[in-house]
Amino acid sequence: MVDLSVNIGALKLKNPVMTASGTFGYGEEFADFFDLSRLGGYIVKGTTLEPREGNPYPRMAETPSGMLNAVGLQNKGVDYFINTIYPRICDIDSQMVVNVSGAKIEDYVEVCRRLSSLDRLEAIEVNISCPNVKQGGMAFGTTCEGAAQVTKAVREAWNRTLIVKLSPNVTDITEIAKAVEAEGADAVSLINTMLGMAIDVEKRKPCLSTITGGLSGPAVRPVAVRMVWQTVKAVRIPVIGLGGIMNGRDAMEFILAGATAVQVGTANFVDPTVCDKVVSYLEDYCIRHGFSSISELRGLI
Amino acid sequence: MTKKEATDFIVSECRHLSEMYSLLILTPADGSALPEILPGQFVQVKVPHCADVMLRRPISINNVEPEKNTVWLLVRRAGKGTDTLASLEAGEKVNIVLPLGNSFSMPGSKDAKILLIGGGVGVAPLLYFGKVLKQNGYTPEFLLGARSGKDLLQLELFEQIGKVHSSTEDGSYGEKGLVTKNSVLASGIDCIYCCGPAPMMKAVAVEARRIGAECEVSLENMMACGIGACLCCVEKTVKGNVCVCTEGPVFNINKLTW
Repeated sequence: MVDLSVNIGALKLKNPVMTASGTFGYGEEFADFFDLSRLGGYIVKGTTLEPREGNPYPRMAETPSGMLNAVGLQNKGVDYFINTIYPRICDIDSQMVVNVSGAKIEDYVEVCRRLSSLDRLEAIEVNISCPNVKQGGMAFGTTCEGAAQVTKAVREAWNRTLIVKLSPNVTDITEIAKAVEAEGADAVSLINTMLGMAIDVEKRKPCLSTITGGLSGPAVRPVAVRMVWQTVKAVRIPVIGLGGIMNGRDAMEFILAGATAVQVGTANFVDPTVCDKVVSYLEDYCIRHGFSSISELRGLI
Repeated sequence: MTKKEATDFIVSECRHLSEMYSLLILTPADGSALPEILPGQFVQVKVPHCADVMLRRPISINNVEPEKNTVWLLVRRAGKGTDTLASLEAGEKVNIVLPLGNSFSMPGSKDAKILLIGGGVGVAPLLYFGKVLKQNGYTPEFLLGARSGKDLLQLELFEQIGKVHSSTEDGSYGEKGLVTKNSVLASGIDCIYCCGPAPMMKAVAVEARRIGAECEVSLENMMACGIGACLCCVEKTVKGNVCVCTEGPVFNINKLTW
């Protein structure tokens, strides 16, 4: 038996494979395709204080080995999540994590306060890195001061595991990671999407209604692996790695770079069973190479 | 709702209908029975042999042959992904997620005068829907539009199901002009089902309101996941932005903001 379990602060995961926010809906969309209890954790769609309609269509453009999105945090708001969605998904035998977003610091705090009523929710991921909203989002995540302010305020309102999701659209991501660690974050997850843009040359128009959007998929993976490796060396808290993981091999790359856990994102759109396969791969890898636990592989690079 | 699945299919046949269009006839690779597929539903096909085409391609279901355990996909070459799909050869394997989306709703009355309007590759779901309507005792008629007579697809198959009206922009087949000007629309139509380019569907919606017909349209917004997770394919409706892949692709025009 291989021990795949990992800890993110006080949050215990049966294996390091989680689903990235915004790519896995609320989990239930994937229940037809595989047994969701196979997941280490599932991070639900970005949740805000008030309902959000998101950005106008078109919100997505496929790019070489990747995609741009500009969904803009469409969601029905935290109260709808608590009253309608949470009861449907709280029995999934895996760790639920809610991704929290906001335009103002007070919004983040209020969402956290309301989520505190949910018994089975042990962790939140605070999104200070969404490139697709006009206010808040990435604006907080691109300066150490902004990142620290949000983390400090949320830390006071949320006493369970706090993960802060970082933006790659910065000069030095390790400085941001250190700033949120100093304010009490239990872990950081990186990377959110990279700001990008594509143009339809025949129509002479941008491909997205918002002109710019967030790039994800295998195109960003080398950047993500590099940032995870740098961040692991800069902070003491666990680092959750994501960015273009398409299969188990890619997940192992992040673990070897020092990630404690990984998130699979865009790949869920390509293969709705991919997370199940990633878990199997990690187990097989350990057996094949003679490791008794996944933790032994963490940060070997 | 039928359980969705990601299944390997084998290409039984790839018929090249024209330079632009191919018909893929597929069967589950392991011989398992097809899930129940409703008219109007679609599939998400993983494009093989193309490492840089990452996302699946949503393709509407053109026909289901339960006796042969096959599903038909009509593919229009619109880029690298669909080019590759349209060039597949018999025996090749593709992974398909299905069945996806809602379906056309059955008309209220068997006596209703039903018109299925298709333009370009938009005729695809209407063949299967027409077949199912006929099997259920309805009498569907078709109005097919294209630039030119040579672009009208599967005419002989539609004619086996019901009367076919047509409009071509160059007048080379049927009436000259757009489908919205076809004389059949003045013949007391009760229910219209339409699939085609967005400008055509919007024009049909206007015409349907004018003549007081019920009208459903099938949208083909760009998609990533096809299962309601990514929220990329949204259409603005009277209830706000909704996913075309799960709330659609078929919408009553009264739910849209057209």
